[in-house]
Amino acid sequence: MKEALRKSVLAVGPFHPLQEEMEFFQLTVDGEKVTDIDVRISYNHRGIERLSETLQFDQVPYLVSRVCGICSASHPLAYVQAAEEIAGVRPPERALYVRTIINELERIHSHLLWVGLAGHFIGYDTVFMWAWKYREPVLDLLEEITGNRNNYGNVKVGGCREDIPDEMRPKILRELDQIEKKTEMLTKAVLDDPVLHARLKGVGVLTKADGIGYAVTGPTARGSGIAIDVRRDDPYAAYDDLDWKVISQPEGDVFAKAVVRLLETFESIKMVRQALERLPKGPVAVEVKEIPPGEGCGHAEAPRGETFHYVRSDGGNRPVRHKIRAPSYVNVPSFKASCIGADIADVTLTLAAVDPCYSCTERIAVVDGRHNVIRDYAELLRLSREKTARLRRDLGVPEMKLEDR
Amino acid sequence: MPQNEWDKQLSPIRHRLADVECKAPNRWYLPCEAEHVYEVCRFLFYDLGLRFVISTGIDAEDCFEVLHHFSDDASGTMVTVKAFIRDRESPQIDSITPLIPGAEWTEREIHDLLGIGFRNHPNLQRLILADDWPEGVYPLRKEVQT
Repeated sequence: MKEALRKSVLAVGPFHPLQEEMEFFQLTVDGEKVTDIDVRISYNHRGIERLSETLQFDQVPYLVSRVCGICSASHPLAYVQAAEEIAGVRPPERALYVRTIINELERIHSHLLWVGLAGHFIGYDTVFMWAWKYREPVLDLLEEITGNRNNYGNVKVGGCREDIPDEMRPKILRELDQIEKKTEMLTKAVLDDPVLHARLKGVGVLTKADGIGYAVTGPTARGSGIAIDVRRDDPYAAYDDLDWKVISQPEGDVFAKAVVRLLETFESIKMVRQALERLPKGPVAVEVKEIPPGEGCGHAEAPRGETFHYVRSDGGNRPVRHKIRAPSYVNVPSFKASCIGADIADVTLTLAAVDPCYSCTERIAVVDGRHNVIRDYAELLRLSREKTARLRRDLGVPEMKLEDR
Repeated sequence: MPQNEWDKQLSPIRHRLADVECKAPNRWYLPCEAEHVYEVCRFLFYDLGLRFVISTGIDAEDCFEVLHHFSDDASGTMVTVKAFIRDRESPQIDSITPLIPGAEWTEREIHDLLGIGFRNHPNLQRLILADDWPEGVYPLRKEVQT
């Protein structure tokens, strides 16, 4: 029987025609409790670090913006900061502000995307629909500024490729007002909902000590009381000139991470407003003729955490080594600490709570030796939603209603 | 962090380091030989309380380099321990995963891509390469043509 089970597990994931990306989580369970988790990655390794060594310094930003579609402003920014560090170049003030605005708009759309997905995982599809609807105008703004909804390709070594025209300011401010109103409504609905409290509090807890050991970053760290944020700790772009605060929560559960992301959205809206107000006049780029021999580190706070780029130059026109670390690379291994001992009905949500590039959460197989069943992703999603429905019934709460005003 | 303060902080392990270099504001590099990497990282992670960021493996001209990047979030400083592995035939270095669980994947990745062995690593299996990837071919080494 054990042999048969092992074969069946192989058939589930990591590839599935319905889903986009590949990652494989094998959970071992005893009854309803998870006893072990094995994460396999690299089913779609693209060799970007090696490819970068074949490109010229000014071509690399386009490559690294494709590391991730959602963090496609943070990766090139971290890279150009590393290259600028080697060259000893400081971009013009206006470029620093433009970079800040694009990065914060990226954070708003990414956090709203996560809120929607989290709602979807627990059977709150209303939240999913609304959050994604509110996110759409942010993508439109980014498209108007950079020409693309994702993969903006707007930063280059020495500044920015495109400016934000002054005529766009009233439109961005108008949209921000709208987004702020909707996000307020969404936040209030989420934070006041008794079912969500029951469903998310105490679930998937990552303790502060585990968080430090696994070196987690971003909202995953800040939700566990590790108040780090490279925007404040090692300020880049124009963050030093803006007035904002780092949001952190001590609990380490899924609810804390949701709170961190929702409140951060408001901080981002605040920051974009301030940056637009103070946008200095002048050019958005300086010319960088060559990158001298040397090495440099650049980091940027992406929506999911710190992206880190290390670049080494030998004085030629290509990097000789370019190391990239995306935030999920350190956040995903922390499942070993947050999933073991949890209910399988909570696993999809716990995995989703670190926002590990969305579809990374979808490849799950569960081996249940005692009941001799194999559960797949759809089954886990059903379990998760059933738990929410049960709580809703027990608490006598009707489904959440959001008004579109 | 200013130079003199930083020198004071590093004094307990200064004899293990070949140099202390500041290449840009808030960017420090600590070159050392491979055999000292465990002790230096233990000091940075536990005694100074720095956050582990990631490790980089490099096939340099005459040696392999393993860089462990740390971040001092209180002062916004990046600290990079740069360990040189002189033996190109069978490169080996101590694993820091027993100290920092977050280093597990990155050491497995360097092992896959550069063929560097990590002593005392709890789970040195393949992470990036496919199961049927040929033995002894390391994609990030310079001799591999792109």
